[in-house]
Amino acid sequence: METLAMHISNGIIDGPVAAIFAVLALAVLTLSVLRGRRDLDDRLAPMAGLVAAFIFAVQMLNFPIVTAGVSGHLLGGALAALLVGPWVGALCVAVVLVVQALVFGDGGVAMLGLNITNMAIIGTAAAYLLIALLLRVLPRTSGGLAVTAFVSALVSVLVASQGFVLEYWLGGTTDLGGNLTGLAGTVAGFHLLIGIGEGLITATTVVTVAKVRPDLVYALRALKPATPAPAVPVAGGAR
Amino acid sequence: MSKRPWPFVLGGLLVALLLAGVVSNYASPHPDGLDSSLLKGCTVNADDEITGGSCPAQQAKQHELGDSPLADYGVRGVTNGFLSTGLSGVIGVLLTFALGGGLFWLTRRRGTGPDATPDTPDGTGAAPGTARANSAG
Repeated sequence: METLAMHISNGIIDGPVAAIFAVLALAVLTLSVLRGRRDLDDRLAPMAGLVAAFIFAVQMLNFPIVTAGVSGHLLGGALAALLVGPWVGALCVAVVLVVQALVFGDGGVAMLGLNITNMAIIGTAAAYLLIALLLRVLPRTSGGLAVTAFVSALVSVLVASQGFVLEYWLGGTTDLGGNLTGLAGTVAGFHLLIGIGEGLITATTVVTVAKVRPDLVYALRALKPATPAPAVPVAGGAR
Repeated sequence: MSKRPWPFVLGGLLVALLLAGVVSNYASPHPDGLDSSLLKGCTVNADDEITGGSCPAQQAKQHELGDSPLADYGVRGVTNGFLSTGLSGVIGVLLTFALGGGLFWLTRRRGTGPDATPDTPDGTGAAPGTARANSAG
């Protein structure tokens, strides 16, 4: 059995459920292209290419977690959401997953919709909701940005991993004898630890970028501090 | 404000190449959190291969493109493991940057600054394949 696979392999979730999630993922990614295009200008486009390439690289760096014999790796949703925004960010993670499935034999091609749903869509969306909240209430300092990155990354990994549990409940190929909560607990336990790693990597990376080129951090541009005075809606309305 | 992003992007790309090309060889070889969850109920040997028991991971089937020359993050034909992993990482980073960056570049809004309003009817000479993405408003 190959041990370098990092994503859902063929045969783990049944075909019909995988197909449904493929359609769902395609629909959300299409919406992300339409909405993300508002953010994509001459500055964000190359940055988004870099974010995808960087996530590919860091996903190769499995780190050990406390439990013996288990590793974890970056998913990247929070990092992408912070640097290039939620819509383009979801597309960045999806590009990584497509390359991994089509070129590196990692994550079944038939399972691509499931993997994209969990890591590109759920992970990025959960992260950005928290980023939007935390960046408005926390101080505009490196510390505030670091806490935002750490917390949003950790929670996004936990939520994304439960996306898999939902999919397994719908179409898992092994009868767990009604013990889905057992699987959910195991997955959550591992991904809590992985989430700490994800949080540290995300915070370090984003704080570094913010020190070098703060204008290249999407979240710092798009999310203004919660000042009560101007009631002007943020451009774009629903970023 | 409108500093060009390219020096930063090139620097970042070098960091990514170093991580995927060199540091990747020091990554943990153990299955990740997802795979480990699916191995629960099975016993595994030192190489994390299933030796007995019953667990969801046993249902795993062959990958459609498992015989890709870069399958499992190695370059087929390169016998040196360090080189094989590193080279596959370098190819992956460049491929991801080319594919992602290329698609984003073709999809981007044209001729507008970073803070321009999204309502300007641009993109008249849009690149191939992006015409339908013109959905301002």
